[in-house]
Amino acid sequence: MTQAPDITEPQAAEPQAAEPTTIAPEAAPSVAAPAEASAVAADDALPQAAPQSLRQTPLHALHVTRGGRMVPFAGYDMPVQYAGGIIAEHNHVRTQAGLFDVSHMGQAFLAGADHETVARALEELVPGDILGLAPGRQRYTQLLDENGGILDDLMVTRSADPAEDGVLMLVINAATKEADYAHLTARLPGNIKLIRAEHRGLVAVQGPMAVQVVGRHCPEAVPLHFMSAISTRFDGIDCHISRSGYTGEDGYEISCKATRLRAIVERLLSEPVVKLIGLGARDSLRLEAGLCLYGHDIDTTTSPVEAALTWSIGKRRREHGDFPGAERVQRELRDGAARLRVGIKPEGRAPAREGTAIKSADGRTIGKVTSGGFGPTVNGPISMGYVEHGFTAPGTPVALIVRDKKLAASVVALPFVPHRYARGA
Amino acid sequence: MATMRYTKDHEWIRLDGEVATVGITEHAQQQLGDIVYVELPELGRKVDKGGEAAVVESVKAASDVYAPASGEVVAVNQALDGTPGAVNEEAEGKGWFFRLKLANASELDALMTDEQYKDYLATLS
Repeated sequence: MTQAPDITEPQAAEPQAAEPTTIAPEAAPSVAAPAEASAVAADDALPQAAPQSLRQTPLHALHVTRGGRMVPFAGYDMPVQYAGGIIAEHNHVRTQAGLFDVSHMGQAFLAGADHETVARALEELVPGDILGLAPGRQRYTQLLDENGGILDDLMVTRSADPAEDGVLMLVINAATKEADYAHLTARLPGNIKLIRAEHRGLVAVQGPMAVQVVGRHCPEAVPLHFMSAISTRFDGIDCHISRSGYTGEDGYEISCKATRLRAIVERLLSEPVVKLIGLGARDSLRLEAGLCLYGHDIDTTTSPVEAALTWSIGKRRREHGDFPGAERVQRELRDGAARLRVGIKPEGRAPAREGTAIKSADGRTIGKVTSGGFGPTVNGPISMGYVEHGFTAPGTPVALIVRDKKLAASVVALPFVPHRYARGA
Repeated sequence: MATMRYTKDHEWIRLDGEVATVGITEHAQQQLGDIVYVELPELGRKVDKGGEAAVVESVKAASDVYAPASGEVVAVNQALDGTPGAVNEEAEGKGWFFRLKLANASELDALMTDEQYKDYLATLS
């Protein structure tokens, strides 16, 4: 038996949050993810000792001790799953609370004289409304190139602390870290400082019981709404907590100094309902939630409009068109994009994975699957991908070409599993 | 008495009289993780030793399953359609994939015995 290479490349990670001196970051609504790794049956696909060049997160030893199956991902040696398996981990997050190490993601701060100064500088590079971000609020946006292609997607958080006015925290994808920092450094004005927070670690606690378990150690996190953040303490440890994530469930992302991360994690793992979750379940959870994985569902060839991320483009930004690639984005908003990211539900049990051709009923190729696999909560195969204008309406029948055979499928609305964010009143 | 043999690609084949049953090994099952779909060959299909005969998909990836010997497919494990997890539960039992009427039973001589396969696995870790 040999494994057909699948999700392997370490393309992306996901965005979450970040912080300045006291603050820290967290997670993202639509973004990033796990790719993973080798399955395994052929000898050369067996897990191997990580080459020395792979980086380790502050929790690496803990993953190994706890039975994590380690694989290369975005340049890091990361756990794709633990002993219970991906489906059990996935279901645990949907019903209880899962703990994810996302310390491989990039955390950084942008600092300027005041909020307006730093927000206007960042708005030169992204289509999101950063100026309108209230203190303690977080937003999902994208770094765009001159053609409106997506260089990366990221979470941007404005510090809740008035003493930190002028500080934005960024969480960017692991695989694009270096390119993003080079891009930002080359384009930000001299009065804005980019500070890489490599001394920080980041974990996500996701699931319906996340609020109870995190609340026991950090009561200040309980009243936070989705996409809000505070600098606080978790059992006395300074950290930055945001209510966000990459699973579609309620939950938090907790950033703290790398040296203190393990202490927070040990406290969380002492809670019976909390289990460690690997990249495999992270991928199936985000796919069911309809969230993009950079390098797969979005890249420099896709615009935010094509990627169905129009909701993340600020209204003022659309009108003013003052961001990279605005001409294309405004044209697509006005005339409709030539293609759109949609959900695809295969009718049978066979998964249709990344790269699968999508055809119309009359046999013409109309698109391609960008992420696909098995959805444990859906209990069946699910995919997402791009289809031509005219085939985007939910219910549109399409055919997927899997191993030279046509599989019947239909376009469906995303997400596959409803989001359960704590949006508040 | 049944003859059980193993391939380096982690398939097993068990010959009972003229018909051989094929599946993936316990080791393969463990490495793949949760199995969510198995694509089985059509009845009557002739397969060649080493040729692609089935596909097994875990949550993460699709893997080809090769025929350990040449022959004609005379049965497939339909139960895997509804319960592919049977492969995880009992890879070398109820998680079998298909049965072959062998073209040449002596092809099995070149495959590994249980002991040889265990030694082979030891070289992989």
